[in-house]
Amino acid sequence: MTSQHILLLIMALPFAGSFAAAFFPAGARTQATVLAGLVALVGAGVIAALYPAIADGDVLHSVTPWLPSLDLNLSFRLSGVSWLFAMLVLVMGALVILYARYYMSDEDPVPRFYAFLLAFMGSMLGVVLSGNLVQIAFFWELTSLFSFLLIGYWHHNQSARDGARMALIVTGSGGLCLLLGLLLLGHVAGGYALDKVLASGDVIRASPLYPLLLGLILIGAFTKSAQFPFHFWLPHAMAAPTPVSAYLHSATMVKAGVFLLILLWPVLSGTDLWFFAVTPVGAATLLFGAWVAIFQQDLKGLLAYSTIGHLGLIVLLLGLGSPLAAVAAIFHTINHATFKASLFMAAGIIDHETGTRDIRRLGGLYRFMPITATLAMVAAAAMAGVPLLNGFLSKEMFLSEVLANHSGTIIDQLLPWIAVLASTFAVLYSVRFIHQVFFAKAPEPLPRQPHEAPPWMRLPIEVLVLACLVIGIFPAATIGPFLETAVRDTLGDQTPAYSLAIWHGFNRPLFLSLLALASGLGLYLLFGKRLNAMKASPVVGRLKARRTFESVIEHIVAGAARLHKWAGTARLQPQLRILVLLALAAAFAPFWNFGYSVGDHGRTLLDPVFAGLWLIGGACAIAAAFLAKFHRLAALILVGAAGLATCISFVWLSAPDLALTQLLVEIVTTVLLLLGLRWLPKRHPDIWPETRTPVKVLARRSSDLAIAVLAGAGMALLAFAVMSRPFADTIASYFIRNAYQQAGGTNVVNVILVDFRAFDTLGEITVLAIVAVTIFSLLRRFRPAADSIETPMQQRVQASFDREHADREEGDSIADYLMVPRTVMEWMFPVIIVFSLFLLLRGHDLPGGGFVAGIAMAVAIILQYMAAGTRHVEERLLIKPLRWIGTGLLLATLTGVGAWLFGYPLLTTHFSYAELPLIGTVPVASALLFDIGVFSVVVGATTLMLIALAHQSIRTPRVSPTDKSPADRVLRTAEEPG
Amino acid sequence: MEIVLALAIGVLTASGVWLLLRPRTFQLVIGLALLSYAVNLFILAMGRLRIDAPPILRKGEAADPSAFTDPLPQALVLTAIVISFATTALLLVVLLASRGLTNTDHVDGEEEDE
Repeated sequence: MTSQHILLLIMALPFAGSFAAAFFPAGARTQATVLAGLVALVGAGVIAALYPAIADGDVLHSVTPWLPSLDLNLSFRLSGVSWLFAMLVLVMGALVILYARYYMSDEDPVPRFYAFLLAFMGSMLGVVLSGNLVQIAFFWELTSLFSFLLIGYWHHNQSARDGARMALIVTGSGGLCLLLGLLLLGHVAGGYALDKVLASGDVIRASPLYPLLLGLILIGAFTKSAQFPFHFWLPHAMAAPTPVSAYLHSATMVKAGVFLLILLWPVLSGTDLWFFAVTPVGAATLLFGAWVAIFQQDLKGLLAYSTIGHLGLIVLLLGLGSPLAAVAAIFHTINHATFKASLFMAAGIIDHETGTRDIRRLGGLYRFMPITATLAMVAAAAMAGVPLLNGFLSKEMFLSEVLANHSGTIIDQLLPWIAVLASTFAVLYSVRFIHQVFFAKAPEPLPRQPHEAPPWMRLPIEVLVLACLVIGIFPAATIGPFLETAVRDTLGDQTPAYSLAIWHGFNRPLFLSLLALASGLGLYLLFGKRLNAMKASPVVGRLKARRTFESVIEHIVAGAARLHKWAGTARLQPQLRILVLLALAAAFAPFWNFGYSVGDHGRTLLDPVFAGLWLIGGACAIAAAFLAKFHRLAALILVGAAGLATCISFVWLSAPDLALTQLLVEIVTTVLLLLGLRWLPKRHPDIWPETRTPVKVLARRSSDLAIAVLAGAGMALLAFAVMSRPFADTIASYFIRNAYQQAGGTNVVNVILVDFRAFDTLGEITVLAIVAVTIFSLLRRFRPAADSIETPMQQRVQASFDREHADREEGDSIADYLMVPRTVMEWMFPVIIVFSLFLLLRGHDLPGGGFVAGIAMAVAIILQYMAAGTRHVEERLLIKPLRWIGTGLLLATLTGVGAWLFGYPLLTTHFSYAELPLIGTVPVASALLFDIGVFSVVVGATTLMLIALAHQSIRTPRVSPTDKSPADRVLRTAEEPG
Repeated sequence: MEIVLALAIGVLTASGVWLLLRPRTFQLVIGLALLSYAVNLFILAMGRLRIDAPPILRKGEAADPSAFTDPLPQALVLTAIVISFATTALLLVVLLASRGLTNTDHVDGEEEDE
């Protein structure tokens, strides 16, 4: 297998796993864990196995062409730095999956959790492995979405919902900025492929768009990595289950911003702008996070703010712009992930065992859970930067970097102070965490008697803490080569000489480290007791980021409501008026610019009959418009007349297929509207006070009339301008030339429908089927208005006639109604069916085809209903419109798919000639099968709509919606076998 | 012929648009029907008017595109006719359901306060 396939497979695996896990039953905890764990482990194993291929600085690529002409391909690449992050994502994922198995309670639908988690893992892998800027933005947004689902996993919990929403809004808006920034970046670099972008650093930094794109990308990265002032979503995201916090909020999602900054570091950094935009933000975040963490009373809150601080530290390092600082940033990213994830897991165990995360209420847990306590202590020591642990190493690198000169401004002098201060705070909160939770005496008995966690739950923490120790003691032998590969990949020729040793002699960084340790311990001894009484963080406690966020959101919502009130309307008429006016404006604009002129294309000779036809047709249309309010039946007949004029025009203008279809559709439309008339209210003329129509109404009518006349005039002028110009050669000549040679049909219109553009037709019949089913389901719950329930007058007259005559039974008149036409219509049934089949079969060569044949067939059925009445027909004739629809869709699709069997694209048709006895040579095209599918769908859809509406008349309207009316049952028996 | 057809399209459009802006549901249904005639004729007209030249080829003869009218607008209009029947039906049923629920046939589901 090539890298092409391997990378695609790695990417597909988590999403496939997520999909599968979603179908597990809610109680299948262990099975879902095994599935998810396998996915993560297999992914990690494959990525690990790929290491030799990239160890020498090579990059593996997998490019699947999608829109190569636009430089948009599905592209993945594995380089040193993405290898490191991919390993982080997968290994952490495996550990968190194991941990979550024991953390989640029996009531939680655990497979859903794993489905989200795996999908998140896939999205995160997508971010680090994408070889294309647009794709990075895509997966970036996916991580936001799945983090929303994961944070809100306990969706019955208000704070979980709020936290999820906040995280989504902040990171989602950041993602939007990022997308813009990346698009600009690709635009400047001349391509969206990452390799291309990474090779054009000089062009990018010199571009006038550089400040804008840098700003946008930084906003994206800062929101994701919780940098000040966008940090506030992270503490609120702690409402998520702890495995989510351990995974997303320490190791992966918040590192996506950092990853992006590292990835683009070679092309974006190295300018003053970069330094002054990134370093202060990182420094402020570092100081802010570390300071606020001291005063947290919630274990996870403490860890969240500590994470903010450490992310600030990494961003600060990246901002410095020196290669050594970049090395430190990459190294600290890994270290932070190991110790912070283990601390989150430990916090989860504590919460799980004691029932509280409140530092003030906890205490003395060392007695109950010595192993967990020891593990947490080692991890917290790493967080504080104690020697022999991995946190110490990267902190040393950090300290030595901030001591160096970078910009020659006051920032250089400030940075060491900030670093020492923040390190002191880190020591302080780490000590507080350990001492309060494990050693201090609890003020009151714990809510629950805690126990040591099960060994399998501790295993992930043990692995991570072991990593802290091993990396801390033997850095060069363990993480060294991998770090080197990642650093070389990022820095290339700029790779500095650095040493991953524990001991660099007595130097200033070591001194600062020891100073921070000592002062942190000292401060805890002095003030530690008082911290428990703190309700808010001093100095910065007034910064109510959350409240600001809420009020901004509130203002946006209120503003939208005001805008809607001012500019929007729920009324249909103004909306339609605006729509028509806009269309008018758009159509008139070109004429305004270029003038109106008539071409000199030869006219067809005017036939007076045609003019007479439209004199009548036009009059009918106007009369229909005039009468539609008070005389619905008359309007319906007049519309039919206008339709007939249209139909005759089609015949006249060489469109026999259209004429046929129009004629038949006209019939079914009229029947349909007639069926609907029954349910409309009687309309009385408006009675205005003082018998005068109000000015308001008159004004509205005249403006509507003006709009209508303008629209009509515009369409007439436009149509005439086009028709008076010569006709350019279009694709139509291709269709005409090839209709017979390639498709074996002489009716070009039908050949276009079932062969050249069969895919469009497949879409059309699908729409038709959907509409029919929609109508059917809408009508099943149909409740007529109160004034339409009464039996129609005619029926009452007939019924009373029957009652008055002794020799008649009630219903006789209705049963005998229109006896002669009824008999004729019943006899027409087979005739129309034969006619419809004739239309269907000849469609490929002569006017006809599936559409028109289908409607003809439907007309045959409807005629039976009209002649004999619904009940009478359904006692004798079983029509299953849904079967017709289903069969037709299936047949049309299968005919299309059949082409695949022969290695042709979808819907390729085949035709040949067959010798039939007696009939002779007939062309047999697979298009005919497709056309039969069309026919079947049209029959089913048309009858379904009409019958469903017709049934309303024989239903006994009920008030209660729970009652099943008899007609419902009639229709259902018509649908179901037996 | 062109001028008559153009006028016909104009009249159908004007009647249709007028009805489209009316407040009663049935007016809307009729308006859409008229408008769809206008649009179908308009699309057909885009292929120019030809008399006695239906796009039905004769077997065995080389097909000369200039001898036939443009089949493409016809194919477009053919499906449009069927689909517009379906949408008319859907609209009608939605309007009927709305009338059943709101007791009025005003398009907004409530009478305007005059």
